[in-house]
Amino acid sequence: MTTLPTHTEKKLGLVIDLDTCVGCHACVVSCKGWNTENYGAPLSDQDAYGANPSGTFLNRVHSYEVQPEAGPAQLIHFPKSCLHCDDAPCVTVCPTGASYKRVEDGIVLVNEADCIGCGLCAWACPYGARELDQQEGVMKKCTLCVDRIYNENLPEEDRQPACVRTCPAGARHFGDLGDENSDVSKLVAERGGVDLMPEQGTKPVNKYLPPRLKDDYTNTGDIDILAPLLEPVAPDAKGILGWLDKALEKL
Amino acid sequence: MHPAPSIILFTVLSGLGFGLMIFLGLGMPSPTGLSAFIWFAIAYILAVGGIISSTFHLGNPKNILKSFSQWRTSWLSREGCLAVATLLVMGVYGAALVFLNMRIPLLGYVGSALALATVYGTSMIYAQLKTVPRWNHPTTSVMFIAYAVSGGALLAGQVSLAVWFLPAAALLQLFIFLTADSRFSAAGSTIASATQLGNIGSVRQFEPPHTGSNYLMKEMIHVVGRKHAMKLQVISVVLLFTPVLLLLLPFSHALALVAVLAHVAGVIVARWLFFAQAEHVVGLYYDKR
Repeated sequence: MTTLPTHTEKKLGLVIDLDTCVGCHACVVSCKGWNTENYGAPLSDQDAYGANPSGTFLNRVHSYEVQPEAGPAQLIHFPKSCLHCDDAPCVTVCPTGASYKRVEDGIVLVNEADCIGCGLCAWACPYGARELDQQEGVMKKCTLCVDRIYNENLPEEDRQPACVRTCPAGARHFGDLGDENSDVSKLVAERGGVDLMPEQGTKPVNKYLPPRLKDDYTNTGDIDILAPLLEPVAPDAKGILGWLDKALEKL
Repeated sequence: MHPAPSIILFTVLSGLGFGLMIFLGLGMPSPTGLSAFIWFAIAYILAVGGIISSTFHLGNPKNILKSFSQWRTSWLSREGCLAVATLLVMGVYGAALVFLNMRIPLLGYVGSALALATVYGTSMIYAQLKTVPRWNHPTTSVMFIAYAVSGGALLAGQVSLAVWFLPAAALLQLFIFLTADSRFSAAGSTIASATQLGNIGSVRQFEPPHTGSNYLMKEMIHVVGRKHAMKLQVISVVLLFTPVLLLLLPFSHALALVAVLAHVAGVIVARWLFFAQAEHVVGLYYDKR
């Protein structure tokens, strides 16, 4: 049913730390792997070994350069997947009822057996979280690894989304953002987690932790505390070095 | 947005077909027998042909019957339900005219209202999308209805109405062309709001997520052909005004045919621009519009 629930028991989602992400794309690869080998239509590639390869991904890492008014530019890696919005516009536009938001945990899912592949949900999503698989003709999106997080056949440490489990930097956190005492909620409160494109009114569950302030070397005057020790020790050269200095100057 | 030919044909043809039904339902004209059959056949070929054309862009059309189920929230579902209801009601109304030489006015009025509602439903599929600020505006619905009513009046031979409706629709289109460019910036989404990095400094894309293209970019970031937008806008408005001049000349079937063709061509060009000029906010993540 494409009517959004007024309340979900949990708000499972991700907290992504833009300060910590190193842009290695391991989450992209593990997501593609898990979601190709497990639930639903595999994530296909087109012209994978040809001149113009493309494919379906549920998680992609953008990289942005941010230039402050003073100081050097900052490079920020920016992983992006479905934000499992509270007010998900992708769900309400679906004509078949294939898209839905679960009452028990707030995860937004697509029932592929009902999808007609019209693509309207992808149009309705401001974040580019949904991609129509070109092989199967059905809409694919992040499931928050619903087939991992409740899977009792997996060891307990693996019962989290593949992207979170694989992140070598610890830049991705998974938990219940509806519970203000959860680790992820505390992290969001502590670090000032933000919503992407709040003006779209989607109320995303996933939060992004902004990069921490960088050390400001312009205030201390030196890039390196060892810099004073590197100053020339003999500004007025004498003897053979003095002659060499003058000879080279004259050239 | 990618201007898919199937969607352009769907919206133009079905709009015209349902527009003709609006007038047939009102009894303008009110033919009977074979002549009624021809009138209704034209309306059905346009409306149904448009709907069939729209199914060509579906990835998985075998589930199409399920798309009538979510009318509570989905404009696409509502549009499908309204279209089928219109075709059924107008079918009964038309059959009575063709076979019984009998006009059932109440059925015709209901059919007219349903045809108008169907066109409104089509328009809301686009107008509801906050992600495409160019479409997310009341003029989108007014424009779809203006084309259905003016094109319908032209096809139905209601010259006295068409000479008013056609220039009104053309002026509305001109107004949209002149004002819609500013809607994206007015909506307030920027690369800074998309990434939430704007409080550090100015943001630009350093590296895209992948070297190739993807579904999102092909579907929602269409820049090819925009460079001719200005010329196409002029062509469209000129074509939309052409039928008005032709209708003011002494009537002939040849001139009427040219008027219809000019109108349809004008609407197709305008509809192509409707898609090609529309910018989706997801483009901000790719530093593209």
